[in-house]
Amino acid sequence: MDNAFSAADIEFQREVREFFSNEFTPDLKARAQEGSDVKGVAIEWQHKLYEKGWIAPGWPKELGGTGWSPVQKFIFETERCEAGAPDVVPFGLKMVAPVIIHFGNDEQKARFLPRILKSEDWWCQGYSEPGSGSDLAALQTKASRDGDHYVVNGAKIWTTYAQYADWIFCLVRTGNFEKKQQGISFLLIDMKSEGVKVNPIHSIDNHHSLNEVVFDNVRVPVENLIGQENQGWTYAKALLAHERTSIAEVSNSKRNLAEIIELAKHQTNHKGRLIDDPYFQSRLSDIEIELMALEYMDLRVLASMSAGDTPGPEASLLKIKGTEIQQALQELRMETIGAYSASLRQDSYQNELHKEGSSARKEYMYGRAATIYGGSNEVQRNVIAKAVLGL
Amino acid sequence: MNFEFNEEQMMLKDSIIKWSQDNYSFDQRRVSADNPEGFSRAHWATFAELGWLSVPFAEEYGGYGGSIIDLAAIMQEFGKMLATEPLVPTMVLFGGVLSASSNEDIKTELIPQIIDGSLLGAVAIYEPQSRFDMSNITTSASVEGDGYLLNGSKSVVLGGAVADKILVLARTSGEQNDEVGVSLFVIDGNADGVSRNAFELMDGQQACDVVLQNTPATLVSELDQAYGPLMDAMQSISVALAAEATGIMERLNLTTVEYTKTRKQFGVPISSFQALQHRMVDTFMAYEQVKSLLVGTLCELTDDKSSPERASKLVSALRTLVAKNGKLIGDEAIQLHGGMGLTDELDVGHYVKRLMMINLMFGNADFYQQQFNEVAYG
Ligand SMILES: Cc1cc2nc3c(=O)[nH]c(=O)nc-3n(C[C@H](O)[C@H](O)[C@H](O)COP(=O)(O)OP(=O)(O)OC[C@H]3O[C@@H](n4cnc5c(N)ncnc54)[C@H](O)[C@@H]3O)c2cc1C
Repeated sequence: MDNAFSAADIEFQREVREFFSNEFTPDLKARAQEGSDVKGVAIEWQHKLYEKGWIAPGWPKELGGTGWSPVQKFIFETERCEAGAPDVVPFGLKMVAPVIIHFGNDEQKARFLPRILKSEDWWCQGYSEPGSGSDLAALQTKASRDGDHYVVNGAKIWTTYAQYADWIFCLVRTGNFEKKQQGISFLLIDMKSEGVKVNPIHSIDNHHSLNEVVFDNVRVPVENLIGQENQGWTYAKALLAHERTSIAEVSNSKRNLAEIIELAKHQTNHKGRLIDDPYFQSRLSDIEIELMALEYMDLRVLASMSAGDTPGPEASLLKIKGTEIQQALQELRMETIGAYSASLRQDSYQNELHKEGSSARKEYMYGRAATIYGGSNEVQRNVIAKAVLGL
Repeated sequence: MNFEFNEEQMMLKDSIIKWSQDNYSFDQRRVSADNPEGFSRAHWATFAELGWLSVPFAEEYGGYGGSIIDLAAIMQEFGKMLATEPLVPTMVLFGGVLSASSNEDIKTELIPQIIDGSLLGAVAIYEPQSRFDMSNITTSASVEGDGYLLNGSKSVVLGGAVADKILVLARTSGEQNDEVGVSLFVIDGNADGVSRNAFELMDGQQACDVVLQNTPATLVSELDQAYGPLMDAMQSISVALAAEATGIMERLNLTTVEYTKTRKQFGVPISSFQALQHRMVDTFMAYEQVKSLLVGTLCELTDDKSSPERASKLVSALRTLVAKNGKLIGDEAIQLHGGMGLTDELDVGHYVKRLMMINLMFGNADFYQQQFNEVAYG
């Protein structure tokens, strides 16, 4: 047992750190935090990663991946979070691309992957429907074959950033079989197609990221079908597993913890600095202890993956604990800031706390979703009960 | 022993329930909140006409002469209404603090104006460094003629932007953290030297930061001796806010139970999953705990034989549970609604935010639990 990095890993860490410090400029950072130009900032940042060749660590090397070991990926993620740099927008690079890579044909790979690497297409994920959330396989959006097209009718909901998207990858029903998981297909749909309508859904963080996407007789060429008709569920499941492993967010939580400690050095209560208050310290350590345990849980899963395993149902454990810790930190940050966390004012205004407070509030409110999406924590518990405990 | 509201209290509650059914659906509330001032002046006039604004005030000032129990009764209903009208800043905070002050002339002048709806008020106690502490005061007051001039800044003054009058806590002697040496003043909202920077809060209410530069002010407490009476007033205010919170908790739990009965996944209502049933049982119990402590606190505060220690212990216990159990209830309400819980369209998120505000602005679990410890074991 040992947890030391090799000399090569340490050299790699130095290189990554240098990259973030040079390329993730204060200007970019400020605009990312401010949050009004989501798409512009994301594309600008992703171009820099692309230029460096680091845009797609999860892809095979020959298609544009980095060829990094799991430990190198871990180092990259850690440094990214330390630098406060945003993750890439996942829908193209981390969600649809792995499916195209594994299950798509050569033409599809040639057509879509380079554009995803260069952030030329913005993707969104069309899985959930009004009637099928946790029970995803019950989805009803219908695609009927008409010559060399599918005709799609139905509605998707909670589609993150559909308002910016050029493409949507969808699960659609192409057949009705005894099992609802059969008869689902994986279809790529151009958002500019006639009959696609995007309706905004405003969320409790006073932001617009969610949408309803309605399909009214949308004609989709059959060459946009991934793999076999009616086999989409298998492909989607592979992708959901992928989504689940990147969700512990240890480095992010570590960074948040450090920021809260820093804030608490400047915030006061009737006894003096908040950070010196034993009650506050216990709140912090309650979370930090959980986070330390999570970090080693995460590393254990990582180590088993280096040995060649894919992450099993224990990845659900990372998701549950990871998101619970994220939410506890979001709450503590708001309380550290105090009444200003309730302010909707986003500029720094008279008082730096307006800005701090407003972004803490936004993160807290949106953060409620982390235990809901990507397979809710209840569903993850069901997975552990069944697949790990054999109940 | 009787832990129920009496007939008059039920009538008061009913009048609020009835009016809000007709006039304050969630969509109608949104219209009210969308006014530039964040609420409807017309509704405010109606609240006055219906006598609601008179409830906590003594009869000698034209009030209903209600007890803290009467105030709690109506606050529960206002909590369910999620009113954006300035009930808390004007009636509860300004009215509560003013009632506990010693300047009879000012009380005789202003309380009737609160009751008839013509005066909006706010209190400016907390400062950027003070968190929830009312002795940590740096705003200064100096004698000028037969009045005072105030200098300093106050943060997140609820309802401050529209207030005609603001009660300001300022230091007249002593060091920054001394309890002796703070005094209470009243200023005009638009007096010379007042700058008010308004902003909206997450629950739809409005607030402002207040900067005072040589602002003329009238003393309304005994000189240097505002701390004790203010603490007493804050006790009732804390309980009124706790009552508002129980109304919200009750509503959140009801809404969530109803939703899970109608939402189907895997071919069945999600309420049929035992994992979720137990969660709703827990939030139900959390609500019942808070309600029980509220009832206990109300009895204690209206009992002549109660000791100040006992009352203080109950209020801190109540507010600690409001914060902790409120957090649980709010979190679970959103979680069990799934994606729907994240939408601005649904009232759930708005109730959760108001519940959070009560703790963020006037004392969180840490604050009240420390207060409890000091009284109980200190
Ligand atoms: C911010 C946000 C962004 C999203 N982005 C996208 C996106 O880009 N694309 C996309 O396709 N989807 C997206 N989603 C949708 C997300 O995947 C769904 O919200 C999620 O699957 C839950 O479905 P639901 O909202 O219908 O809740 P429901 O399935 O109705 O669940 C309601 C509650 O019941 C619980 N529950 C359900 N079944 C069980 C069970 N068997 N046992 C115990 N408890 C159960 C759930 O855990 C939850 O607490 C997003 C959601 C959010 C909140």
